[in-house]
Amino acid sequence: MLYTNDAYTPFEVEVVEFIQEHHDIFTIRLKFTDPAIDSKYFFRPGQFNMIYLYGVGEVAISIVNDRNHQPGRFEHTIQVVGRITKGMAKLKAGDKVGIRGPFGTAWPMEEAKGKDVIIVTGGLGNAPLVAATEEVLKNRKQYGKLRVLHGIRTSDLLIYEDMYTRWNNSPETKVYMATSNAEPVDNGKWTWGKGFVTNFIPELGVDYANSIVMCVGPEPMMIGVAKSFIAAGVKPENVYISLERSMKCAIGHCGHCQLGAQFVCKDGAVYPYPACEELLKVKGL
Amino acid sequence: MSAHDKLLGLAARPKVAVHKFSSCDGCQLAFINDAVSLLELSTLVDIVHFAEAGPLDEFAEVDLAIIEGSVNTKHDIHRLEMIREKAKYVLCIGACAITGGIQALRNYQDEKGLLSWQEGVYPQRTDVIIAEDLPTAKPISAYVPVDFEIPGCPITSIQLVSAVRAILFGVEPEKNVDSVCVSCKHAGITCVMVAKGEPCLGPVTANGCEALCPSLGRGCYGCFGASKYANIKALKQQFRDMGLTEQQITHKFQFINSQDAGLQGE
Amino acid sequence: MSHYYFLPHQRIDDMLSALKSDGYKCVAPRYHDGSIGYDDLNKSSELPWGYHDAQAPGHYEVTKTEHKHAFGFTLPTTSVKPMLFKAKENVWKVARNDEGKLAFEPIVEFEKIAVFGVRPCDLRGIEIQDRVFMENSYNDVRYVKRRENQFLIAMNCTKSHSNCFCTALGDSPFADKGFDLAMTELNDEGFVVEVGSEKGRVLLDTLNLAAASGGQAQAALSRIEAAAEAQTKTLPPIKEVEAKLMANLEHPQWDDIASRCLSCGSCTQVCPTCFCHTERDEPNVLGTETNHTREWDSCFSIDHSYTHGDTYREDTKYRYRQWLTHKFSTWRDQFRTKGCVGCGRCVTWCPVKIDVVDEINAICK
Repeated sequence: MLYTNDAYTPFEVEVVEFIQEHHDIFTIRLKFTDPAIDSKYFFRPGQFNMIYLYGVGEVAISIVNDRNHQPGRFEHTIQVVGRITKGMAKLKAGDKVGIRGPFGTAWPMEEAKGKDVIIVTGGLGNAPLVAATEEVLKNRKQYGKLRVLHGIRTSDLLIYEDMYTRWNNSPETKVYMATSNAEPVDNGKWTWGKGFVTNFIPELGVDYANSIVMCVGPEPMMIGVAKSFIAAGVKPENVYISLERSMKCAIGHCGHCQLGAQFVCKDGAVYPYPACEELLKVKGL
Repeated sequence: MSAHDKLLGLAARPKVAVHKFSSCDGCQLAFINDAVSLLELSTLVDIVHFAEAGPLDEFAEVDLAIIEGSVNTKHDIHRLEMIREKAKYVLCIGACAITGGIQALRNYQDEKGLLSWQEGVYPQRTDVIIAEDLPTAKPISAYVPVDFEIPGCPITSIQLVSAVRAILFGVEPEKNVDSVCVSCKHAGITCVMVAKGEPCLGPVTANGCEALCPSLGRGCYGCFGASKYANIKALKQQFRDMGLTEQQITHKFQFINSQDAGLQGE
Repeated sequence: MSHYYFLPHQRIDDMLSALKSDGYKCVAPRYHDGSIGYDDLNKSSELPWGYHDAQAPGHYEVTKTEHKHAFGFTLPTTSVKPMLFKAKENVWKVARNDEGKLAFEPIVEFEKIAVFGVRPCDLRGIEIQDRVFMENSYNDVRYVKRRENQFLIAMNCTKSHSNCFCTALGDSPFADKGFDLAMTELNDEGFVVEVGSEKGRVLLDTLNLAAASGGQAQAALSRIEAAAEAQTKTLPPIKEVEAKLMANLEHPQWDDIASRCLSCGSCTQVCPTCFCHTERDEPNVLGTETNHTREWDSCFSIDHSYTHGDTYREDTKYRYRQWLTHKFSTWRDQFRTKGCVGCGRCVTWCPVKIDVVDEINAICK
C-alpha cells in the first residue's frame, strides 16, 4: 500500500506514450517519476487507479498491464465520456498526471487455478480484464483452457487487435468475437459471430462445472452473461463481475459509489456474482 | 461539432471578445471587479473586443466570444449571427443571455400591453422602437448555438475566471446544479424559511452565489436559475402553506429567470 | 472523592481559562440573529443565557426567557461535524512548473479545539464519523489530527424538542461515553460534572472543584430522565427498521415522499453523520497552482450517482430512498452501527416538513 500518510494526495506519473485506440478511446502508458514510489507500487489484475488531470480532477479507471511487459510501466485505456476524460484525451507523451492507487478488489486469479478460465467482455469492458488474461498466459500451466469472448457493436470498434491475435495464438487459448449491430467484418484471426457473446457457449469446449467466468461490460450484459453461464453449468460462485460507480475518493469516504451496503471502491469493484445479484435487480439503488 | 471535439482546436494564446446585448452590464463587471485576475488573464489570452474595458473590434475572428444580455431587437439577431460566425466557441454569461433575464417579463404581455410599455418607456419616437423591437426577449441560444453557459444575476468573478481557466485547460466549465440550500448549510447560514418564515427559492435554485441573500436574512430570488432537480410543485405548495397568495407565488417565479424551463410547474 | 463534581456557573470562566492555558480554542453554542449555533467562546457571558428553542417539522424558533441557565435550549443548529469534517477545505495542492512537472503537497490543517456543551446525540455523531474517517481501511489524516486535538465537554440534555427521537432509537439524552468531561446543568446553580478521560481528569484537577452533593447528582439524573420522557416519537426496534426498509424498496411511500421532497439536500447537510463529499480542483488564474478541495456532497446532488454518462438515481424517489435506507439500514453493514443519532435536525430543517420518523413508520408498518 502506497498510503501510510494521506490517501487523498496523488503521486506524479509521466505519460510515456499516448495511443489513440479509436476515435473516442485512448490509452496512456504511464511510469512513476519517483523510483521510490515505483518500487512500492504493485497492482493485482482488476484493481483500479484514480487518475488526476492537472487543474481538472480525478477519475477512477481500471489498470491495464503494460502491453510491452516493461517493468515500471502500466496503462489505462480510457473512453471519452465526461469533462475530465475529454481533457485527458488531449494528453501527450511527456505530460505529467497524478495517480492514486491501486484500489479495490482483484480478479480471483488464485481461485481460478486448475480451472478453465472464461473471460467475457463487452465494449470497453475488455480493458479491466487484460491483466487477468495476461496473468493466465504468464502462468499458463496453472490454469486450464482459456477462452476470451468479446462483444462489440460493430467490427470497426475493436481495440487491442494485436493483443487478441497474440492471445488466440497462445496455447489452449481461443478468442471469440461477436458484433451486435451488424455482420462482423472477419479479419480471419479468430472466430467471429453475430449477436451476443453467449451464443458461443455451446462451442467453447470447456468443462463448465470446473470453469471460472470473469465478466465486464454494461450491467444488463453482465447479468445476462452470468445467467447464461450458470445455466450452462458454471457454479454461481465462480462467476465474477466488475461494477462501475461514481467515485471521488476511492477509499470509502466520499459515499458516491454505494450500491446498497456496498462501497464499490473497496468492497468491489470485482464481485462474485451472487454477492451483487439481488442488488443489481433494484432500479435506482 | 461533437462534445468530444470541443476545445481541441483552441489556440495556445486564444483571442477573446466580450459582447453585450440587452443587459445591465453587471455580468461584465465580474471581469472588471476582479482586476488582478483580469490582468493575469490578459497575459494568457488576447482580449480583442471588450467595449466596457477598452478594446473595440466587434467582428474580429476569435476563439472565444463571451456574451452577456438577451436578444430584443432585429438588429440584435443580425449582430449575434455575425459574432457566432466569427467565434470558435460561445460562452454565455448571466441570466439575460441564458434565459432572457428580467426583461423577458415582457414576454407575458400581449401586443397591446407591449405597446403601452414601449410608449411608457420611450415616449418620443416610439415608432423607431416599435419597428426594431422583437415581440419577445429571448436568450442567445434561441438564435445561435451556444457552447458554454455561466448562470447568475449577476455572475461572480470566481465563476467567470474559473470558466475561462477551464477552457484554457481544454475542458468545459463546471456547472452549478445543486440547490442554494447546500451552499447555505456549508456556510452555516440558518435557514431563513424554517427560522424566519421567509419564502425562499433556494431549494429549487442552482447554487453558485454562496447563498448571498440568505446570508443577509432574505429569501433567495432564484438568480442562478433552476437547480437540476427542482421540485417546483412542492415548493409552491409550501408557499401556499406559508400563506402566500397565488399572485405572490407567481411573482416569485416570474422574476429574474421567468423563462427558465426548470422553474415552471403547477 | 465523589464520582461527581460541581461547577458553579460563576466558575465557567475558570474552566475556560484552564482550557485556554492548555492551548485550546473554546467553542460553544451561542445565540446569534435568531438561532443558536457553535461559535468561538471567550467568556461565559457569551453563552446563550436564558434562551429556549422550539422545534417542529420545518420550524425553528428561539425565545429569550428570564431563566438563569446557559443550556436551556435543546441543541444547536449545527453539530460538531463541521469542526472535524469541514464543509469545504483544501485537502492538497499541486504546483506545475514550466516543464509541466507536478509537485503535490497534502494540506493538513488542525487546531486544538475544546467544545463546551456537546449534546449526547452529537457525541454519538462523532463516534459514528470516527468509524468512517478514523477507524476505516483508509483514514483521513486531517480528521484524525482534529480528533486528537479535540477536547469534548458533553452537556446532558435537560430538555427535548419535539423532533428529538434518540429514545426511539434506543439511545438516551445522557452522555455515556466519548467525552472528556460530561456535565448536567442544574437551574440557576451550575453543573454536575463527570470525568470521561484522563485529559478530562487532569483539567478538572486544576479547578479544585467540590464534590457534587448527593442531591445535586440525583437532581441531574432526574432532569435527564425528564428530557428522555418528554420525547414523543416512536419507531419499531432498530433491527426491525433496518430489515423492513431494505425489504420495501418498491413501497408506494417512496413515490409519495418524492412528490413532496424538494431534493434540496438540506437534510443531508445538517446531519451529524452524513459523510458524502465531492472533490474539485480550484486552479489559480495563471494555471500554475491548483487547490484540490473536498466539500460536503449529498445523495440528493446531481453528481452523486453520475457514472460514465449515466445517473443511477435520476428520480427523487431513488435519491430519498438512498438517504433513508443508508441512514437507517445499510449503515449497519458498513460500519457496524446505526447511521442516525435521533437529533431531529433533518426534520427541523426540511423546508417542506418531511419527518423521517413518520416516513419510516409509514414504510415499516
